[in-house]
Amino acid sequence: MTGGEMEDVVAGVTTGRVLLVAVIALPALGAGVLALRPARFARNAASGAVAFSGLTMLASLGLVMGRQSGADRDWQSVDLSWVPAIGLRFHIGVDGISLPLVLLTTVLTFLCALYTMHSMPAPGRPGTMLSLVLLLEVGMVGTFLARDLLLFFVFFEIVLVPMYFLIAVWGGTASRHAATKFVLYTLLGSVLLLVGILVIYAGAGTLDMGELAQGGAGAGMAKSTQILAFALVFLGLAVKSPLWPLHTWLPDAHTEAPTVGSVLLAGVLLKMGTYGIVRIGISILPEGARRLAPTMAVLAVAGILVGALCCYVQTDLKRLIAYSSVGHMGFVLLGLSTLTATGVQAALIGNIAHGVITGLLFFLVGGIKDRFGTSEMSDLGGGIGTRLPLLSGLLTFTAIASLGLPGLAAFWGEAFAIAAAYRPDAGLARMPYVVLAGLAAIGAALAAAYFLRMLRIVVARPPDANPRATGVRLAVADVTPLEAASWAPLVVLALAIGLFPALVLTWTGPAVDLLIRAYAG
Amino acid sequence: MRQIGWLLLVLPLLAVLTGFALPSAARRVAALVAVGALAVSTALSVALAFAVVGDHGKAVVSAATIARFGELQVRAGVRLDGLAVVVAVAVCVVALLVQIYSVAYLNDDERYVRYAAEVSLFTAAMLIVVLASDLIMLVVGWETMGICSYLLIGHYRHLPEARPAAVKAFVVTRVGDIGFLLGVLVLGVGAGSFDIGRILAEAGALPRGTVAIACLLLLAGVAGKSAQFPLHTWLPDAMVGPTPISALIHAATMVAAGIFVVARLFPLFLVDPLALNVLGVIAAITMLLGALAALAQDDLKRVLAWSTVSQIAYMSGGLAVGVPAAAVFHLLTHAAFKALLFLAAGCVLYATGQALMSKMGGLRTAMPVTFVTMTLGLAALIGIPPLSGFFSKEALLGAAYERVHGSGGGSAWVALVVLLAGLATVALTGAYATRLWLLTFFGPRPEPRTLRQPSPLMTGSLVVLAVPTVLLGIVGLRREWLGTWLDVGHTALGPTLATTALSLLLSFNGIGVVVLVWRRFPGADPVPAPAVLARAFYLDEIQSFLVVRPYRRLAQEIRDYDARVVDGAVEGNGRVAMALSSRLSRLQTGNVQTYAGAVLGAAVVLAVIAVLL
Repeated sequence: MTGGEMEDVVAGVTTGRVLLVAVIALPALGAGVLALRPARFARNAASGAVAFSGLTMLASLGLVMGRQSGADRDWQSVDLSWVPAIGLRFHIGVDGISLPLVLLTTVLTFLCALYTMHSMPAPGRPGTMLSLVLLLEVGMVGTFLARDLLLFFVFFEIVLVPMYFLIAVWGGTASRHAATKFVLYTLLGSVLLLVGILVIYAGAGTLDMGELAQGGAGAGMAKSTQILAFALVFLGLAVKSPLWPLHTWLPDAHTEAPTVGSVLLAGVLLKMGTYGIVRIGISILPEGARRLAPTMAVLAVAGILVGALCCYVQTDLKRLIAYSSVGHMGFVLLGLSTLTATGVQAALIGNIAHGVITGLLFFLVGGIKDRFGTSEMSDLGGGIGTRLPLLSGLLTFTAIASLGLPGLAAFWGEAFAIAAAYRPDAGLARMPYVVLAGLAAIGAALAAAYFLRMLRIVVARPPDANPRATGVRLAVADVTPLEAASWAPLVVLALAIGLFPALVLTWTGPAVDLLIRAYAG
Repeated sequence: MRQIGWLLLVLPLLAVLTGFALPSAARRVAALVAVGALAVSTALSVALAFAVVGDHGKAVVSAATIARFGELQVRAGVRLDGLAVVVAVAVCVVALLVQIYSVAYLNDDERYVRYAAEVSLFTAAMLIVVLASDLIMLVVGWETMGICSYLLIGHYRHLPEARPAAVKAFVVTRVGDIGFLLGVLVLGVGAGSFDIGRILAEAGALPRGTVAIACLLLLAGVAGKSAQFPLHTWLPDAMVGPTPISALIHAATMVAAGIFVVARLFPLFLVDPLALNVLGVIAAITMLLGALAALAQDDLKRVLAWSTVSQIAYMSGGLAVGVPAAAVFHLLTHAAFKALLFLAAGCVLYATGQALMSKMGGLRTAMPVTFVTMTLGLAALIGIPPLSGFFSKEALLGAAYERVHGSGGGSAWVALVVLLAGLATVALTGAYATRLWLLTFFGPRPEPRTLRQPSPLMTGSLVVLAVPTVLLGIVGLRREWLGTWLDVGHTALGPTLATTALSLLLSFNGIGVVVLVWRRFPGADPVPAPAVLARAFYLDEIQSFLVVRPYRRLAQEIRDYDARVVDGAVEGNGRVAMALSSRLSRLQTGNVQTYAGAVLGAAVVLAVIAVLL
């Protein structure tokens, strides 16, 4: 960096930019501190992680500063040259599409750190585990803030490493296999993504996402280039989302992952895929999107229906919720595939709602697994509803929220994805989409069937006649204060976003309008 | 007026939030919150009714945007017109009495606090449906009622049949709600707005096919919520819930919601006759089905449940012949007498600990208040003049008769079908109501003869409900009254001579036959109905055979397919890659490197393939 550039940087320092960098730097610093000084921090690792993730959360809340109402572009950005040899720039920024996802990430990470104070999975070593969680946060937040395709890819990849170890080391009995499958699968996706990014670079000569998205004309790329790039990028991101039939890593990973791993995996990691489809797919490659959107729509609806059917016959709670994620993310992908403002808005609020509600579901199921040593529904024993009224009440509430009850968060994304599919972008054939809208609505109703089945088995089973004989643990406590502290914010969010969807939509609205205006030319 | 409307919406919700936050020991506070909030709501609704009626039922709307999805806006707001306020009063009054009654009925139930909060939520949800100015907001209330019914029907955890019944209620209505949500979305996307006023104003301008399809889709939801054939199967099973809940579901909330929504959106249904014709046929089938099934039940509450199915079908019939005012009139009187009947049945259950009529009898002297009020309720149900049910039922039959001969909304042939089914049902209603009356209150008292006397809170509620049960028919007598309030063009709702004479004759026949048999064989069941009626034509079994079991099998197949084929392919590829990499990585040490090698190896190979393709 030359002296002149240095001066520019110093002159450009503002509170907003400091916060923007802090949202990535704080968890990185925390990860380093926890990793390098395991001995001294061994006892206090959890409080250290709570402090770092808490500060990160506060910094991310500060990102709302400086936004003009109706702002449709980055209102805060930092652009520095990083590795000039390969043209990599450290270009990050925050707009209405990024902000809700960043907040979701920092809140969930903070709650995970808090939860770890209550429950540390075997084999212990909280310093190392929380260091990985904070590293994970760096990758997740960075993905949502990156404004350079290569930087996006770097952050996207950072996530893999800590998640692999979280599952493999702190997971269940078959966790090695699940972790390997997760890494293999998503790395395969990553390679496709990287090749897609290179195709974009070859076609447009820049990696700056803002420049690429300008005007929505695909930055002058030929139609065939766009279609090829979209196919590669989309496949890479669809693995993460996950899109049916690329989803099979997900049930295994979820079933084996420790609670905080499941929460962050379902709550945030899946959204990196759908976020990328908005940012790279629709914004930068409009012709490619138009060409491949119908395929995406069909697979999304297949995921909704297959997810619902599979859930109906699952016996393991974690696996059931994992499959329900396939269905819920299907609605997000359906919304995106309509290429309309309505659909993209539905997808973005669907992302947040799924993060909040499914994150909470995995917390609750983790709490059940902690108490009973199993997440196999039939082994939990009867009478949980009477013995653990608060935990049962929370599980009931969250299941109801997850099945898309109007008035709670998940409804908006599902209903308006269907509405958008009923009238997709004018460049798409309408009739197939209308059929898909109907099928998706059926899928939404099927969610009720499997969630109520789950509640019936877990919460409402009458007490066993002879619990000791069946080996059921009776002496378990209801929700502890630390659990309540790490779950309550999500309950409030599920209700608040349900009653006032504008909490999310006012942020995303202008940015989505800009995106779609540019897309429609 | 706007402020009162908003308050009527917000107040029950505050009661809900407070109620769910209370600890389960706080019975008194919970009762106070629940009853207090509804008492104020009832007063507000009455004040609102006077204000709106004084203004000739003209609609007043107040709304604020809560969400914007592209071009589509969702607004939270109230639409106050005659229809909304009249139904709101009925909802509040019945819910208030149910809450008061429940304080005594659930006096030894340890889950009362949560129950009271759930009843408040149920009421709030119905008020949202009634007052909503926006279709999405209406859907919010509509579905919330579904979940409340699930929670409340499953209230008794110790009853093994409670939870399946609760799940059935929610899932069956949710199946209908697929259609309802799609109908709402089709209308909203078509009209570019979910505002009810705007959609109704543009009803004529929308493409006719779109409106017809939207109305048909809405009907699916209506059939689910209002327990109309073929989605009626949840209602009789729902009787396993606490009895006051049955009163709430049957009189003021859930089943009334379907009828209300069609009346609310009636101008849309007039655009194309298709949906009304379908509704008319459904109404005719459901009327007879419900009444025949009611004739053969042994469980007191199930008789009343089937009677609701049948009576709601009368309202559907009224809508189908193009006279929503008559349907709403019957909705109001039915709310009064059916709430009375359920709460009275609750007194009988509470006193005897028994739900089966074959094990009851002779309660007339032991429970005089219950006997007298229930007699009035049954008489209103049969339609004996001058009780309320007589006038509203005659308004419906008269409307069908007029439609057969004259003009109006709906088709003449549908009106004829509805009229014939309606008249036949009159006779059946007389028979099953009389059977219930005789088996419960007459004949010998079985052992043990000890009774638990219902508290004055319970019997008091019966007496209060007896007033509208007897008198409410008056509001239909003059054109300027109910017909004008509902803002549907001064509909006459008085009895018509021809149908009145015929229906009176038929109902006295129904009553007479049952009484004669009872006299001949005292104490025995006067209607020796075949099992096919008691099992309601085996529709439950058919539903299980055609839908539930195939669905489960499909789910298992798909799960296995997902594991064997979709995941099998992945695992297979993974194994090949691992085998390759393990050869390549012999020089490496440690597991992680092995995995990383496998990962990169596989990835590079696939990347090369991807680029080449």
